[in-house]
Amino acid sequence: MANPLKCDLCDNSATVHLTQIVNSKVHKVDLCESCAQAKGVTDPSGFSLSDLLLKASLNPDQPETAVTCEQCGYTQQDFKKHGRFGCPQCYEAFSGVISTMLNSMHNGTTHTGKVPQRALARKTLYDRLTLLENELSEAIKTERYEDAARCRDEISQTKQTHG
Amino acid sequence: MIDTPSELTDGSSSMTAIVLMTRIRLARNLATMPFPGWAQPEQREEALEICRAAVISAPQMKRSLSIDVAELSDLEKQILVERHLISRELSTAKSGSGAVINHNQAVSVMINEEDHLRIQVLRSGFQLKKAWNAINDFDSVLEEHLDYAFSSNQGYLTACPTNLGTAMRASAMMHLPALVIAGQMEKVARAVNQLGMVVRGQFGEGSDASGSIFQISNQTTLGEAEPEIIKRLGSVLSTIVDHEKNARAKLLETDSGKLLDKIGRAFGILQNSHILNSSEAMNLLSLVRLGVDLGLFPEEKRSQVDRLFIETQPGHLQYAQKGIIEPEKRDLLRASCLRSEFANFEKPVSITHKN
Repeated sequence: MANPLKCDLCDNSATVHLTQIVNSKVHKVDLCESCAQAKGVTDPSGFSLSDLLLKASLNPDQPETAVTCEQCGYTQQDFKKHGRFGCPQCYEAFSGVISTMLNSMHNGTTHTGKVPQRALARKTLYDRLTLLENELSEAIKTERYEDAARCRDEISQTKQTHG
Repeated sequence: MIDTPSELTDGSSSMTAIVLMTRIRLARNLATMPFPGWAQPEQREEALEICRAAVISAPQMKRSLSIDVAELSDLEKQILVERHLISRELSTAKSGSGAVINHNQAVSVMINEEDHLRIQVLRSGFQLKKAWNAINDFDSVLEEHLDYAFSSNQGYLTACPTNLGTAMRASAMMHLPALVIAGQMEKVARAVNQLGMVVRGQFGEGSDASGSIFQISNQTTLGEAEPEIIKRLGSVLSTIVDHEKNARAKLLETDSGKLLDKIGRAFGILQNSHILNSSEAMNLLSLVRLGVDLGLFPEEKRSQVDRLFIETQPGHLQYAQKGIIEPEKRDLLRASCLRSEFANFEKPVSITHKN
């Protein structure tokens, strides 16, 4: 071959070429023999392309853009090392880093499954009450008693309707 | 727990011939806490308390067993792994990890494994839809008490992005001896892989496929709703069941002498051997199970074989003897246990083979 493919994981020339179709999306991987073996590509019982894609996309040779999750202090370096996130907020902090990876790993990029209705309703209620309570104390502080009365009524009404 | 009937060891019926069991696992996390792998010890403890309180108060978990992983002996942990109730990862977890297991071991929850919650429902046989309904209800009950980490765009947020979205892994444990004997398993695994499903050994990632038992599960979790994933997996499983049935029919048709010889020899070794390691025992039991499916042994023996698949695992054997036993002695013990189990097994009915 004039221009042999290089292994996706190291610099050796690739001899194992794998194509996997995940719901009409084609994923290709080229590997050298030792990487293929190390990743279990030749082992029918233990190979998962998505794991491999995850690790390949975390290739440490990529240019550094130091992203850190403000919530938990997790760094991009940590993510490269572990392949796991530090906290739920990391998904927002690292959204730029992982979007391509998610696209190649999954069947789509948007969740269409179950929604935790009860938990979300509870959160909406909590947020609404917090907002009203802040408004109330602000109104009392600035002696806007009409507004304060309105807030108080709304608070008790909200609490009543949601039990 | 070992002595009580469980879904896995006592749920066998003719429906379980090829699909031994179905399992669905959901990963859930608390919105305001770091994931277990990154949390400080006191945060892990706090998450454990919050999750455990919610789990044990659910009606599904009446009369359940709540376990602190750090307080278990290595042997006890091994037993739970062999029963598919906790993962290997949880069994090596730092302090602040727990598990809650319901009375018939069909529902179990791991706390502070890779995610705060790993909820599992297990059903014997091919029962993906029932398992989904059960786990969906249970999850909705937990949600009353727990604020899950969820984004409307990306779904349930998990420590590892490979689980993002539905955070659901649905799987079936399949007994595929004819495909293995016919040398077609690699081909099947490749085809299944191309359909976006994963084939693994019995104990998940990195485990071998002794006993011709394979675990097949969905690979992707984002972009499809749970029922769609389950439907897709279900149709892949049905196809594999058909392939296995065809392979069995073909073996009987073209090579029945060889097949009957394998089963007969397996039976002879189980009845008479004195040293058996766990992988060989699995393979022999697998052949006897195939014999049951082919009508060589009575139907009701299948559940006995399924129980032995579990009870001859290293952890269970040692636990029965109440102590750690060296591998060589274990092999003696395993053989002796199997000799007595098979002493009253009737000989396989004779089928005349064509070649």
